[in-house]
Formats: sequence, structure tokens, C-alpha cells
Amino acid sequence: MVSRSNVLGVVLRTFVASFLLALAVVVVYPLLWMVLNGFKTNSELFGNPFALPLQFTWDNYAKAWNRGVSSYLMTSVLVTVTSTIATVFISAWAAYGLTRMQIPFSRTVLALILGGLMLAPAVALIPLVKMFQALGLYNTFWALLILYVAFRIPFTTFLIRAYMVDLPLEIDEAAAVDGAGKARAFWSIVLPMCKPILVSSVILNILFTWNEYLFAMVFTSGGDLQTLPIGLTNLMSKHGTEYPVVFAGMTIAAVPVILLFFLTQKYFVKGLADGVGK
Amino acid sequence: MRRRRRPRGWAWVAPALLLLGVFVYLPLLQNLQYSVMKWDIYAGGSSFVGLANYEKLAGDPVFWRALFNNSAYAAVSLLCQVFGALLLAALVEGLRSERWRRALRAIYFVPSAISLTVAGLLFYFVYEPELGILNALLRGVGLDSLTQAWLGQEGTAIWAVIAMSQWQGFGYSTLLFAIAIQRIPQDLFDAASLDGVGPIRRFFQVTVPLTREMTGLMIIVTLSGAFQVFNEVMVMTSGGPNNSSQVLVTWLYRMGFGRNDFGYAAAIATVIFVLTLGIALLQLAITRKRRVEW
Repeated sequence: MVSRSNVLGVVLRTFVASFLLALAVVVVYPLLWMVLNGFKTNSELFGNPFALPLQFTWDNYAKAWNRGVSSYLMTSVLVTVTSTIATVFISAWAAYGLTRMQIPFSRTVLALILGGLMLAPAVALIPLVKMFQALGLYNTFWALLILYVAFRIPFTTFLIRAYMVDLPLEIDEAAAVDGAGKARAFWSIVLPMCKPILVSSVILNILFTWNEYLFAMVFTSGGDLQTLPIGLTNLMSKHGTEYPVVFAGMTIAAVPVILLFFLTQKYFVKGLADGVGK
Repeated sequence: MRRRRRPRGWAWVAPALLLLGVFVYLPLLQNLQYSVMKWDIYAGGSSFVGLANYEKLAGDPVFWRALFNNSAYAAVSLLCQVFGALLLAALVEGLRSERWRRALRAIYFVPSAISLTVAGLLFYFVYEPELGILNALLRGVGLDSLTQAWLGQEGTAIWAVIAMSQWQGFGYSTLLFAIAIQRIPQDLFDAASLDGVGPIRRFFQVTVPLTREMTGLMIIVTLSGAFQVFNEVMVMTSGGPNNSSQVLVTWLYRMGFGRNDFGYAAAIATVIFVLTLGIALLQLAITRKRRVEW
């Protein structure tokens, strides 16, 4: 016998499932449209926006690649790799000091480092431009590297510190008994034990740097040093009538981070759970 | 207990402090100083003008429009990316199949992994009157009367940008809420079910109270982010048409780098500083009592 509440339950479950699936379609469809448009010709695109491409040619992808996307990609990779390594290293180093050392005014030091979390980068923008012009670093790779590291230290230190606090101090002391110095203990004992949070810090910093727009736009204006987000808007303004080429460029920019996310999803979720759950 | 040698601790925090001091805190202070100056590009100097930039700000209709747009951003994002995402995460985590739970969390997250630039450009095309899929969809279901140039009109531009932001960002907060829900001990849900509590009451009596900390965090992050919006507005409308979709940071950018009026731009920056710091301090005041560390 089927009870009334059971029928209600089935209806409710079906309704929820349809809603969740519909939402997934809303998310995926524009992305699919983007990738497919990269394979279309201009007239196909304007003819019927929903249609599949008549034939899958890589022409637009090759054009986008040759019209600057390869160089934007190189810049993005270089800036992302260097700033991520520097940020995570400096933050882990600071987190070790904050959790393992006696530091005078330690509460103030902690507040100064984590306080950066509250500050919007836009607020420092105008003075930073003047400063980097004066230093001769405006429109250079160094400007982006320094800014990304400085503005990401608070959040990264916050994550790593929260993880290190829970590691027992005895493991350091055992290292000290064995005659290892603090630096040695940091490198060979504490850092390897922090691997889960280091992995998620790296992923979060890659996502941030790869996608950052404001600093990249202001500090590399007019140079050949342009990251993908800036390069794509250039591609759009220069080749605005050849939409399929722009779609191909967007796809090239999006694929690496989507791949990174799916490959590291397990660690990423675990890292977020550790980092934000505290 | 063995005493550690004190000065050595500095070496560990010095690199972080130095970078933050020079490139975050110093420019922050300089910004306050710039905001009471008038820059003369042609003479290459600057002079003290007191609160003149702030007075100009108070009488600038575009500034108020930008502040309104940021507030609209905050309100819609709170609704979709905090309360909507919490409900959505509860629905997803309520699914029986682990495979579907994981797949949906990942699918919803994908727009957050692609940059706002890519998402913004994509929706520039989605909203495009001729080839965009939004108008095509409306025509397809017979709602031709609703088709319009979404980004080209003063009445719809900012709302179209805000809608894109929700599409881009809801998966990230849904993922965070899903993690928070997973941390609730399963026996609390089981106990509620045994007591005959239905799914709706279970959501309000178990899920909502036990994810309160994450909700608080997300409210602050979302509010603060809403007043720092730049990328998507710049890519989709550049603040137009007729400044109708201008937000604080795009107006700051225009005044600073378009008009070289650095003092005025710095005054806008101060407003952003006060707003975002106020939101952050509010959070600190609320959570301080509950937090063990600092």
C-alpha cells in the first residue's frame, strides 16, 4: 500500500532532482556554447546560435594562439608559478615563526599579518602606481610578482597557521634533541607534515593569480607583458568582429584551470575543509 | 623549560612583515594623504586641498549611482550566494547517491574556476541582442516581447552584470556550505528523522544552526566582495551606458587613470576602505567571543 506521505515524498524528491539537474544545465550550457563556438565560422555563429558547428576545424584556435594567446599564456604561467611558490613559502615560513617561536609583540605581529585579510587591494592602487613608477618597476614582471605575493600572504598564512597550530610541539622538540636546528626542523619535519594544507594553498593561489584582473590591468598597461585575462580583452577589442577566434581564446584560457580543478578536486575540497572550517 | 633565544623569531616573520608593510600598509596610509591633495598633471606637483575631494564626491551623482550599484550587488549576492547556496548545498547533500552529490558540487563549481574575465566575455555574448543565446531562448519559447539589448540599456545593464556574477560565484559558496554540512555529525540528522521531523524542519532545526559559523563567514566575504567588484563590470560594460552600471572601483579607475585626478580617485578609495574595513570589524566583533585563537 502506498501511503499519502510516500507519494508526497516521491513528488518532492522528483521536484528537487529536476531542479538540481536544470541548474546544472544552466551552468554547463553557456560553457559548452563557448567551446563549440570556437569551432564555428562567423556566418555559422550568426546564422543559428544553437546549432552545432558544421565541421570541427582548429582554425580559430590556431588563429587565437598566433594572435597573442600563446604569449599571454606564457606570461600567466610564469607569473602564476613564481608568485605561488613565493607566497606559499613566505607564508609557511611566517606561520612557523608564529606558531613555534617567541616573538616580541607577537599579538601585534599576528594582527599585522592577518589584518591584511581585511584590506581591499583597490584602496592601495593609486599610491602603488606612483611607488612602482618611482622604483622603475612599473610595467614589469616584478610589479605583478611583488603585488601578488604581498596581497596573498595574509590569507595563505592564515590557512597554514591554522593547520600548524594543531601539530604537536613535541615533534619539533624531538628534532632539537637530535641536534637539528629550527630551520632544519622546519624543512624536514614540519613542512612535510603540512602537505595537505600546502597543496590547497597552492591550488587557491594558482586560481587567484591565473584570474587576477585589476593589478594586471593597471600595472602592465601597454606593455607586451600581459596575462590571459588582460590579453583576452585585447583580443576582443582587436578582433571583435571575428567572434569565433575570441571564443577559441576564451576556451584556451579556461581549460587549464578547469583541468587543474578536476585533477585536484579531492585535495582542494579537503584543504578548504581544513582551512575554512577552523 | 628551555628558553628560546628571542631575537631569532623575527627572522621568520620579517619577510612577510616587510612585504606587507611596504606594499600594503604604506600605500594604504599614502592613499589617505593623496585624498586631501589636488594633483596637477601639467605642473607635475600637488597641493593640499583639505576635504575638497570628499565634498566633490558628496555632490557627484555617478558616485551615488556606483554606491547604489554596489549595494544592489551586495543584496542580490547575499540572497543567491549565501542563503540560496546554503539551501542548495542542503538539497545536494540530501541526495542519496554519493556519485551525484560529487558530480553536482563539481559542475556548479566550474564557473568559479574560469576567470571572471572569461565568464564576463562569455555573458557579453550570451546577452548579445542578435547572436546571444538569451534572446534566442526567449524567442524560442515565444517571449519575443522580452528580448532586448541587455547590456546596452541603462535600465538593465547592471542587473545583467549582477546576474552573471551569481552564475559565476554560486558554486564556490555551495561547495563551502556542502563542506560545512558534511561536518555535522550524521546522528543529529538520524535523531531528527527518528523523531519524525520532516526535511523542511530538519533544515531549519539542524542544518541552519549548525552551519551558522560558515554562514557568518560567507556573509562577510560576500558583502566585502560586493564593494570591491571591478573585473566583470569592466569587461562587460565598462560602467556604461551613461555610467548606469558604474561601481566604486570602476569609477575610481576612471577618475584615476582616465582623468588623472588622483586625489579624487584616492577619496573614492577611502570610501571603499571605510566600507570594507567596517564590514570586517563587524565580523571580528561578532566572532571574537567564540574564537579560541586571537
